[in-house]
Parts: sequence; structure tokens; C-alpha cells
Amino acid sequence: MAALITFQDVCRYYHMGDSTVTAADHISFEIETGEFTAIVGSSGSGKSTCMNIIGCLDVPSEGTYLLNGQDVGQMNKNQLAEIRNELLGFIFQQYNLLPKLNLLENVEVPLMYAGVSRPERRERARAALEQVGLGDKWRHKPMELSGGQQQRVSIARALVGNPSVILADEPTGALDSRTGREVLAMLQELHAEGHTVVLITHDNSIAVQAQRIIRLEDGRVVYDGPSGAPEAVVTPRAAGGKGGAEA
Amino acid sequence: MRITESLSLAMKNIVSSKVRTLLTMLGIIIGVAAVIVIVGLGNGLENYIADSFSSMGTNTLTISVMPRGATRTLEVEDMYQIVTEHPEELELCSPTVAMMGGVKIGTETASTSVSGVSENYNAIYGYTITQGRGLQYSDVATRAKVCVVGAYVNQAYFGGNAVGQTLRVGGQALTIVGVLDQREESMEEGGSDDCLYLPYSTAARLGGSRVSSYVVTMVDEEQIDQSQAVLDAALSSFFGSDDYYTIITMSELLDTMTGMINILVGVLAGIAAISLVVGGIGIMNIMLVSVTERTREIGVRKSLGAKERYILEQFVIEAAVTSALGGVLGIALGYFLSAAATVVVARLMEEALTVAPTLFAVLAAFGISAGIGVLFGYLPAKKAARLNPIDALHYD
Repeated sequence: MAALITFQDVCRYYHMGDSTVTAADHISFEIETGEFTAIVGSSGSGKSTCMNIIGCLDVPSEGTYLLNGQDVGQMNKNQLAEIRNELLGFIFQQYNLLPKLNLLENVEVPLMYAGVSRPERRERARAALEQVGLGDKWRHKPMELSGGQQQRVSIARALVGNPSVILADEPTGALDSRTGREVLAMLQELHAEGHTVVLITHDNSIAVQAQRIIRLEDGRVVYDGPSGAPEAVVTPRAAGGKGGAEA
Repeated sequence: MRITESLSLAMKNIVSSKVRTLLTMLGIIIGVAAVIVIVGLGNGLENYIADSFSSMGTNTLTISVMPRGATRTLEVEDMYQIVTEHPEELELCSPTVAMMGGVKIGTETASTSVSGVSENYNAIYGYTITQGRGLQYSDVATRAKVCVVGAYVNQAYFGGNAVGQTLRVGGQALTIVGVLDQREESMEEGGSDDCLYLPYSTAARLGGSRVSSYVVTMVDEEQIDQSQAVLDAALSSFFGSDDYYTIITMSELLDTMTGMINILVGVLAGIAAISLVVGGIGIMNIMLVSVTERTREIGVRKSLGAKERYILEQFVIEAAVTSALGGVLGIALGYFLSAAATVVVARLMEEALTVAPTLFAVLAAFGISAGIGVLFGYLPAKKAARLNPIDALHYD
């Protein structure tokens, strides 16, 4: 069976005036269904570009990105929107809940765009909120909740459409370490339930919570393997000098 | 996503910023109210004029004959003959001779309007006699020195006992034989009750002039065009040309007046409608601000699977709802102002002029305001729909 996510020599160039910036430089990897993968890198490493492409918010300039066997690079904006709606669940650093809607309505949004009927939406959104332990607070507005609670709502929103991939972009970045750990535990729980989770972070201590680490530097993959290995958390430069990056 | 979802989202956003929405709508509210009041005022004016005209008789044709130039002279008898030859269309006829110069009552000179008419005149206009008698055929035939006066003349100069008294017109003493019923609610000098009618034959002799105008009634008020055509044909064949006379109908005059009022109202309503456009621009402005403020929301929605069409729809509907809501408030304000204007006009002018908003104006105002919302909301909505989700998500 083909991998859920396939990157084949994915390149992404940005044109800044006359110069061209290479944000992703022939990145290739595969992620299987049910994996918990962390994509790690410092700022400018290309991890955000990677996350945008995986999340179908952006398309590769070169190379191929297959999601569930579909070539995302060939899709138009509407098809990308459909893919995001059906196959992807986003968890953002800033939670990105809609402030004027209550928790239930926030969780309902992806289902609304999927064309699910109102009663079914309510039911599924309630269930998703129950799952993250906020079932009784559904009437509240996001601003009435703590950061950790808001992040749980956004996890519920990511889950509610039953997506193939849960994409978490620095999900603990705005949280204190204790609530951060809670959120990570929740992601691990989702993984244990069989979800495919992709975690984007700059923080090694967070990344090691995943099963597998893909380390990026200057738009290239410098490590791809189990999170337990010592090379996973050590920067190649420190481990083996400059040669590491070029290898 | 259905339209109802967009509507409820729009209502949520509108309710969550009431003051801003109200200020945004203000242009539309004022514009719609102004259009409704102006159209209502025009409508009231039209009704008022139509009422005034119908009291003057809309079933009459007025004929003016050129005093000279024609090879044949139209005598009163000729005119009577034309009328009697067309019993299907024409009914009563009276020559009318307007006389200049005042009336001398004792030592006083009154500015009473003086007309020479036939015995049919009262029947033509539906005037009734309250004292004495009306003019009779014998008065006309013998050029009798008699007259009938209006209620005002009776009250003001004769203390209500005018019959049998005399007054002088053009130096000729006339005996008052009858008094007309009061026509206006309040009588005043120069009003319709300040009048005097004498036989046209007497008037023509006093004025030294030929009878040059007639009033003829139609059998059927609805058959106005046909009646006019019959009369026109008869006069045309009499003179051998249609250059020597004119036929005026009250309803024609009414049409002319109504047309002028409609043009005036149209121009004023057009000016008021400019406010609707200004209101629309206000909505566009606020929607643009709103799109910028909600950039992140748009990014989130897009990342959760909203297609461009949904975002466009959401913002257009929000603009349309804002504008239509302004339209509804404007209609309410328009009705209130119309009622107020009716009261004010009644106080100031002692005339019953009802400012009546028309259903058409109300519906048009609502439709236009909703349309303006869509029109001016489209540009900001397009901007929102086109936002790149990555940029929008990272917007602060």
C-alpha cells in the first residue's frame, strides 16, 4: 500500500524582488498511515514551508506531493480547499478559534464547509468536545477559556471531520510547560488510537515525544529516523561538523 | 454550505458590533427615508390637486374662440346647435364672459369675480341656490339686469339678505335675484364664494364684446377623448380650419399638472437617492475595514476547508443584510417623517395634504438598498475571498 504522505524531490522557491529564495530543496520522505512524526528545524529551515505544503495551503514549485495517492500539486484552489476539509485537521500555535462563535460552533466549522446537516453537526461536535474533556463548556466563547483549554477545543475541531492527517503547528508554543505536556499527551493518545499525526516544532524536547523525527536544515532533510536515536536530537553540525549538512 | 448559514453568520457579526453597524447603515437609513418622504409628498400633492380639480368639474370641456381672423363668426346659437346635434356625447352648454373691473355695492368697491353665464351654468357645475332663484332663459333672452351672487357677497355686504337688493357692475345697476350655496368651508374675499353671475347676453352688452368662450359638459366622463373629438370635428368644419379655437379639458390640465409634479418629485427623489449611493460607499468602506480586521478569521476558515465562494458569499451577504436592515429602518423612519409632515402641513397651511408613502416607493427603496449592499459589498468580499490562507493565518 502506498504511503499516506509522499514527498518526492519537493522544492519551493519564493521570489523576493530579483532574488529567489529556496525554502525547500529536494525534500523527499514518506509518512505511513498511523505514524506520529515530528518535523523539526530551526527558523528558516523550511519546516513551515513543509507544513504549508503538507497542509495543502501551498503547492510545491517542483517535485511531487502525493496525499492519499492524489497529486496535490496539480489541484486548483477549490480542490485544495476540499482536500483540507476532508483529509486534514489543523492545530495551530495560536489556537485560531473564531472569537464570536461559541465552542460548539467553532468545532462545527469544518463540518459546515463539508455540507453536513445541522443536527448531525451538533452531535459530532458535541462528541469531539466530550473527547477533549470540554463537553460541558460548549456554550462558552473561546476567550473565556484558558490557553490549554482553547488548544483542546482546536484539537476537537481538528478531529471532528475525521481527517486522515492531524497537522499540529507548534501546538505547545503558546502554552506553559505543564499544559504543553497535556496537549502532547493528547496527541500521543490520538496516535495510539490510530490517527496519523504530524507535529511541526523547533523544540527537540517536544519532537522526541513523536515516534519518528524528520529534521530539516536550510530546506533539506538532514535526519529522518526514529526519535530514540541520539542523532535525532543533536544538530548535525555539532555531531559531525559541517559535513553533516551536506551529506 | 447553505445561504441560511451565511445569513446567521452575518447576523452574528452585525449583532456583535451594533454601534458600528448602525453608523454604517446611517447613510442608507437617511437615503431611504428621504426618498419615501419625497415620493409620499409628491403623491399627497397629486391627490390634493386631483381633489381640487374634481371639485371644479372634470366632465367639462372649455372652448376658447379667437376673437377675430376667421371668415365665419361663431354665434352663441351656432354653439348651442353643435351641442344639440351630438346628444350622444355632449349635454349642457353655457357661454362664459369674464368681466374685468369691480363691483360697486353701495359706496364700496368689491373685488368680486364677475362672469356672464347662461341658465345652464348652475347645472354644469352643480351649484345650488339657497335664496331666491337662479338665472333663467328669459333673463338671457331679454338681457335682464339681474344677477346671482355667491354666499360670501351675501354675507359680507348684505348681511344675508341680498335678494332684491341692487349693486352695480360696469356702471349698470343689477338686481340680485338669488344667492348660491356656500362652496368653501371658510369663506374669504377673493375665494370661490366671492362671485357674481349675470346673464351672458347682459355681460356681453356691458363689456361690448362678443362671447368668446364656452363650457360644455360631456355625457360620459370616461368618453373624454371621443367627446372632445366630436366637438373638435364640428368646430373645425364650422370654421373650415382648426386654427381659430382651442378646446381645453380639466383632465388634460390635471394631467399636465400631475406630469409636472412627477418630474419635480423624480428630480428630488433622485437627489435623495444620491444619499443611498453615499451610504453604499460607507458600507463598502466598513466592509473593507472588516475584511482587514478579520484576515486571520478568513485564514482559519480557509484552512478548515472554506472555498473562495463561501468566503465571498459570507461577506456579500453580510453587506447585503447590513444594507437591507438599514433599508427597513429607513422605511420606518420614512413612515414616521411622513406622518409628522402631514401634521405639520395641516398646522401651517390649513390644507389637508396627506403625505402618503406609496407601496411601490417602499418596495423599491428596500430592493435598492439591498442591491446596494450586494453591489458595494462585492469588492471587499472579493478581496477577502482572494486572501492567501498562509498570509492570512499569520496576519496580526
